[in-house]
Amino acid sequence: MTAADSRGSSSASTGEVAAYVLRLADDALILAQRMGEWITAAPQLEEDVALANIGLDLLGQARSLLTYAGVAEGRDRDEDDLAYLRDERDFTNLTLCETDNGDFALTMARMLVFSAYQCELYARLVASTDETLAAIAAKAVKEVDYHRDHATQWVLRLGDGTAESHRRMQAGLETIWPYVEELFESDELFRSVAERGVGVDPAELRGPVLAYVDRVLRQATLSRPETSVNHKGGRVGIHSESMGYLLAEMQHMARSHPGASW
Amino acid sequence: MSRQDAERKDWPLWEVFVRARRGLSHGHVGSLHAPDAEMALRNARDLYTRRQEGVSIWVVEAAAITASSPDEKDSFFDPAGDKIYRHPTFYTVPDGVEHL
Repeated sequence: MTAADSRGSSSASTGEVAAYVLRLADDALILAQRMGEWITAAPQLEEDVALANIGLDLLGQARSLLTYAGVAEGRDRDEDDLAYLRDERDFTNLTLCETDNGDFALTMARMLVFSAYQCELYARLVASTDETLAAIAAKAVKEVDYHRDHATQWVLRLGDGTAESHRRMQAGLETIWPYVEELFESDELFRSVAERGVGVDPAELRGPVLAYVDRVLRQATLSRPETSVNHKGGRVGIHSESMGYLLAEMQHMARSHPGASW
Repeated sequence: MSRQDAERKDWPLWEVFVRARRGLSHGHVGSLHAPDAEMALRNARDLYTRRQEGVSIWVVEAAAITASSPDEKDSFFDPAGDKIYRHPTFYTVPDGVEHL
């Protein structure tokens, strides 16, 4: 099914496809923005390039997904409109993606969990009945496999490194863990697109994602944090305090100079 | 500077060799810093194969390479300069020899 065809099916279902794709797009876009913040601030020049590469991979995924979400919703909004002209409450990304970068260990903890999630997600989306989504996933799955590897390598080295690197790696995990359950939270929209073979119900990703993360943590002599706090709300536009600052930085140029190009 | 700081700032140097495509040899493309070989390989991927420059990467810790010294250049390389008989073109092939 092409993007144009999808507009032909019932309006309720195209609305669902648009909303679903927008969730995936926002995850990638917001985390890309966070990764961009590392540029010139990474511990080494080589790592600076690696983090920038990962951010740009995510931005590329976001652009494809935003463009498709715009086509699917049929309101004549392009990727820039969706990225720069929506307000905070209209963003449907996971809270995890907007969390402050913290130190390098925290960023690696977040990348480990999120890229493990994206790996499992895109691996399933390759078989989506929506051809556009399947094609985007086919390209992205190789990219996120590399992100997961990069995070894994660092979590192993920091976790099983010096006493200080171990302490900071564990602290990074503790900080992000209250945002992890949200990744697997299902709702009506997720279940509906999953039933139609278009999307994936994130609840089914919980097992494989946590199995991967646990394996890495064990090898890195780290422990999976236990927390009773689970932040939620990202999928319905309720965000943390960090989100406003992130959007201000990301959007101010486009909003101050509407239609500007260079 | 503590010993730990010194170690962090002084990740070893690695030399990177990339094979552009099957059938070609690995060629030296540059160097980078990394804490160990596995990370060196990944950094090399990010720094030297961004535009599909290669299908295979080798990394070697720079300290493991024994190199000829510029000071020895004369004794190492110049003696070969006048040994023209080492080039196959020095020899004339007799007429009628087909499979030499």
